[in-house]
Amino acid sequence: MGNQKSKGNNNVVKFNRWGYIFLIPFFVTYLIFSFIPLCSTIYNSFFENYRSGLKQIGPNFVGIQNYVTLLGSPEIWKYLVNTLIMWVGGFIPQITIALLLAYWFSDPSLRLKGQRFFKTVIYMPNLIMASAFSMLFFALFSDSGPVNQILLALHVIKEPYKFFQYVIASRVLVMLMNFLMWFGNTTILLMAGMLGIDSSLYEAAQVDGATASQVFFKITMPILRPIFVYVLITSLIGGLQMFDVPQILTNGRGNPTDSLTTVIMLLNRYLTSKDVGRGGALSVFMFIVTGILSLIVFRINSTREKN
Amino acid sequence: MNNDTTMKPHGVPIGVRRTIAYIVLIFFSFLCLIWFYILLINSTRSHSEMTLGFTVLPSKYLMKNWTSLVTGTIPIARGFINSLIVSACTAVLCSYFSAMTAYAINTYQFKGRAAIATFILAIMMIPGQVTALGFLRLIVRLGMDDSIVPLIIPAIASPVTYFYLKQYMESNLPLSLVEAARIDGSGEFRTFNTIILPLIKPAISVQMIFAFVGSWNNYFTPALILHTDVKKTLPVMIAQLRGADWLRFDMGQIYIMIAASIFPVIVIYLILSKYIVGGMAAGAVKG
Repeated sequence: MGNQKSKGNNNVVKFNRWGYIFLIPFFVTYLIFSFIPLCSTIYNSFFENYRSGLKQIGPNFVGIQNYVTLLGSPEIWKYLVNTLIMWVGGFIPQITIALLLAYWFSDPSLRLKGQRFFKTVIYMPNLIMASAFSMLFFALFSDSGPVNQILLALHVIKEPYKFFQYVIASRVLVMLMNFLMWFGNTTILLMAGMLGIDSSLYEAAQVDGATASQVFFKITMPILRPIFVYVLITSLIGGLQMFDVPQILTNGRGNPTDSLTTVIMLLNRYLTSKDVGRGGALSVFMFIVTGILSLIVFRINSTREKN
Repeated sequence: MNNDTTMKPHGVPIGVRRTIAYIVLIFFSFLCLIWFYILLINSTRSHSEMTLGFTVLPSKYLMKNWTSLVTGTIPIARGFINSLIVSACTAVLCSYFSAMTAYAINTYQFKGRAAIATFILAIMMIPGQVTALGFLRLIVRLGMDDSIVPLIIPAIASPVTYFYLKQYMESNLPLSLVEAARIDGSGEFRTFNTIILPLIKPAISVQMIFAFVGSWNNYFTPALILHTDVKKTLPVMIAQLRGADWLRFDMGQIYIMIAASIFPVIVIYLILSKYIVGGMAAGAVKG
């Protein structure tokens, strides 16, 4: 036995070489399909390279001109604000409802029945194809669609309400879809965190005669703070990538009056019109913004790793 | 332990709180389901029926809508097959190689291990869109434009899947097992394939489902890469539907096409929901 054990220890170094071998597929793929594209994106952002009618302009080196044009135009800021408005409008109800539901699901004194059914139902929209879901909403809320038909039949309205002609109505629809797609996911994340809270804390609070809302705000919320921040930042990163829903709802135009156009929709326009320089500059801008945000998530993850 | 009828000293009685909880839960469940209910009903109705108004009960045109969609101008059957190929291959590659990466970091004590683990964690949240420009140029140069290959291969490097699997291995994979396999003379690669993979099957299957669904629903990249109609995946075809002249379209066809792209995922989900919702939480609880 002793002999075998020492043999195993001698071999550990030899075995550990396999760690590198097993990492090869990941790193080769990452290098080719993510790292090289990232470098090429940054490189191209310093060149003027686009099509004007039939004429190809560039590529000519222009330094930071693309960045100056991009960040100097009101366009990008308008689209950033659009994106943030639609994200906030979806996120606030999402986090509120998710907190409430997660609290109820994990409260042992409430003993809710049919929990599995409710969890299954509220998580479902997260798995739905966003493009099909927005196409569905476009059909349902169109001028002669079922929603208008139902509202007319119930005499709520006298004539069809044209949802997609009003900025607020269109944005609310995007917010509603984002909310529906993500509140179940957030509920489950928060619930996992709540179930991890030591139940003796709750029992002690109960003995001391704390009310449900006191328990929630004085015990649950402070302990949940790291997960809360994690959900907030990851949702913001996801929100900045908002594309499928407004793109398909508005057929890529972002109407009415460009108020549904998101930053990634602008990037998509540059990519399809092959405006390499400005597309590159926009990509690098988004890379820096999401990079800073993911640094925060990274911090949270690595502290969670340590625990 | 907890008595149902006990009233809390202060605050709202438990019965009232429970009733409120049920009402709110039922309301949001309704809000989640109503759209799919309307979709289901309208897929069974003809275009002319739909112009007359909404009905709560289904009609009998489901098969007729389906045949006119399949025989119509959109190569929907091809889209279905393309989506299926891309998603299935992505799911397999993504989960297999992520498990391999996670196993490398979890099992071996090589030099630079901590640094590599940190690196993968750091790149985890960076979205694919910001490198899309360089990615597209690379694809063109490699001659892979208008092909489904570049939608599949990059899945080998999936930091998020890696992260979940590593978390799972940390708490569920005893390293003594690897030692035992070595003493029995099993090669490292064989140990991974025949001993480790079966052991982490629960986590692998959940990640496979997530990878499949993610790929099935993906719209941004396929829309930029695929140009030929018969190579397009379902999300791209649906987006095209939106671009077409809306009023001239048969609404029955539109609803059945949306239904056909949504319901396969819903059916898979309902069958496996226990594992999906549980697996979703499992990755989050750790720590």
